[in-house]
Amino acid sequence: MNFDLSEEQQLLKNSVERLLADSYGFEKRRTYQTDAKGYSDAMWARYAEIGLLALPFSDHHGGFDGGAVETMIAMEAFGKSLILEPYLATVVLAGGLLRLGGSEAQKADLIPGIAEGRLKLAFAYAEPQSRYDLFDVETQAKKDGGEWILNGTKCLVLHGDTADKIVVSARNSGDTRERNGIGLFIVDADAPGLSRRGYPTQDGLRAAEIILENVRIKNVDVIGDPEGAFPIITRVADEAVAALCAEAVGCFETMQQITLDYLKAREQFGKKIGSFQVLQHRAVDMFVELEQSRSMAMYAAMMAGEDDAIERERAISAAKVQIGRSAKAIGHESVQLHGGIGMTMEYSIGHYFKHVTMLDMLFGDADHHLKRLAGLGGLSNGQVN
Amino acid sequence: MDIAFTEEERAFRQDVRQLLRDNMPPELRRKLAEGRKLSKDEKAAGVRVLYKKGVPTWPKEYGGAGWTPVQYYIFTEEVRAFPGWTQFGYGESLVGPVIYTFGNEAQKKYYLPRIANAEDWWCQGFSEPGAGSDLASLRTRAVRDGNHYIVNGQKTWTTWAQYADWIFCLVRTNPEAKKQQGISFLLVDVKTPGVTVRPIELISGGHEVNEIFFDNVRVPIENLVGEENKGWDYAKFLLANERFSDAGVTSSKESIGRIKKLAARSCAGGEPIIDQGSFREKIAALEVQLKALEMTQLRVLANASRQQKSAQDPASSILKLKGAEIEQAIAELLMDVAGPYTLPYLSEDQLEGNEPPIGPDWAATIAPGYFYSRAASIYSGSREIQKNIIAKAILGL
Repeated sequence: MNFDLSEEQQLLKNSVERLLADSYGFEKRRTYQTDAKGYSDAMWARYAEIGLLALPFSDHHGGFDGGAVETMIAMEAFGKSLILEPYLATVVLAGGLLRLGGSEAQKADLIPGIAEGRLKLAFAYAEPQSRYDLFDVETQAKKDGGEWILNGTKCLVLHGDTADKIVVSARNSGDTRERNGIGLFIVDADAPGLSRRGYPTQDGLRAAEIILENVRIKNVDVIGDPEGAFPIITRVADEAVAALCAEAVGCFETMQQITLDYLKAREQFGKKIGSFQVLQHRAVDMFVELEQSRSMAMYAAMMAGEDDAIERERAISAAKVQIGRSAKAIGHESVQLHGGIGMTMEYSIGHYFKHVTMLDMLFGDADHHLKRLAGLGGLSNGQVN
Repeated sequence: MDIAFTEEERAFRQDVRQLLRDNMPPELRRKLAEGRKLSKDEKAAGVRVLYKKGVPTWPKEYGGAGWTPVQYYIFTEEVRAFPGWTQFGYGESLVGPVIYTFGNEAQKKYYLPRIANAEDWWCQGFSEPGAGSDLASLRTRAVRDGNHYIVNGQKTWTTWAQYADWIFCLVRTNPEAKKQQGISFLLVDVKTPGVTVRPIELISGGHEVNEIFFDNVRVPIENLVGEENKGWDYAKFLLANERFSDAGVTSSKESIGRIKKLAARSCAGGEPIIDQGSFREKIAALEVQLKALEMTQLRVLANASRQQKSAQDPASSILKLKGAEIEQAIAELLMDVAGPYTLPYLSEDQLEGNEPPIGPDWAATIAPGYFYSRAASIYSGSREIQKNIIAKAILGL
């Protein structure tokens, strides 16, 4: 039982926090957002420079062999600064699929490009009818000699509008909601038959709706078993949830700090408003949520690599429930404690509120995960060791 | 960062299991499993087993086991699961650490071994009718008379005073000074003439707390701990230990296990309650909160193991606050499971007697437990006082 960061992890934390403190203030973020892509390519290059884009990959492919704890450290720092770049899409999601399911040739071909910042990817898992069920796939993949033909509609593809390649989940056998029969296909963004419509999300990031019409894929661009990719998809989704939990904790911590600063500065009735007990107690409620969330994000990181799928899912769902509930509690209180200024686009707190709200909507909201956890018999069967 | 316990910690867990299997009287284990009340002698017998390797939370030099906080956590987890959890007053948890930190050699030599052998039952004389959340306004007076203090006044909410041999008291020794600065920490033998203990009946129907009256009670001056008029400092030390040490995680885990068992045996609408989605989600939601608290507790413990002090970690301040909330939510869930058979009232005597119960044998204690659980956010610093402290000390408001 050990909650300390190793020396290397501490160095990683320091370097990512220093980079963002220097170059990702609220005003700078605003500037990055005005780029046509919706983020800063210059910052992406900086992430590559300090090794963040190589973090989870094997050193064999130019990576740093980091695990879920390293990802947690990076994501928490990203959350503090509300970064706009496609880290989750490229490194955690599509990168995770390659890392866990890709062939040696695919990894050698693509991972160095990710690590060096030359290649951006996205993962198209959702469909209009699927809501949070990753197995609910209607998009069809048909074998045609040495190639595959994809047809269907993928939606809410995070950073799908600027990705160079998109990993698509598609079905080549079974009914729409069957867990078997799903494969993963790497598609070039400019492949004939692929059309995409990019748009901003509520929290100022980017996503795309993607339509596939007779898109042809070579056999070498299939990740793993074309009918048996679902276990890899769930594994990567669990890792992504752990990463999102850490990102949310970074947001929560900053929200708490911004709110405390405001309570200590703002005066009404001739006093600092932080001297009012009713506001103090609300600030304490936020602090409790923050610490409980921090604990669960650590738990998720430590369990994200667990091989026992049931234990892993229990832990990941529990963490996502905590984070989703805390996102509401901290989001609501931090805006409330600011009063009117908290409602404005000009001030930062509302942007954090919007982002943590959207994090709850990714890979299953709190209700979805509570149901999954209850279905697995709850947590107490799974003791810490 | 690693969630797994170390090889040594796992071996320690096995040792604790072995110790309990070899030494805990089976009769005691049975009574605890059935949620029955234990007598003072039975509690002493249980505690002597738990203290076999030394007093669990104390350092070795004072007769403690010298365990790390993580080892102690493993210990409580095993003892709760056995079940073998017994407590003999507040000697170990409250007054012991004050005596070995601030007491003189004679006091350490006399009192500590008697706590370690479960000979003296200690109770706490802090609150007064006019001094609850505002504890420092206490008025019980101790006036020096030769080699004695003469104590006059009243204490209240004194848990388990009916069993107590000794009471540690905050008394006012200097009424002229600012209120925190005129207080002393005094040890009083409950058998001293002039001490009267009266029970307070609680809404749960149980006898947990008492009021204690002091009428010209003569206390030898050697029973003063530390310096005269410095008692507030010692009290703050004690209260910090009380608030920041235990979130009740292992006991709440045990309770959730009990809820699941009872919900599997109890039906509603023709099916076991445990099979109902809405109920399972309620339990799961509570388990999430408890898991988060457990991880917070473990973070604090792991940190304390490294730094050798526990009150430093800001996260520790939420333990009591959140622990009480979860304890209360558990009591509510038990009410949900028991349903209509929470209605009949049985006195403590009837519960312990041989009369057949009314309804399922486990149901009679559920409503009293629920009523009593409301105290969890009142005692040892109400929820609101805890929040005031966190706002000031941690958030800087």
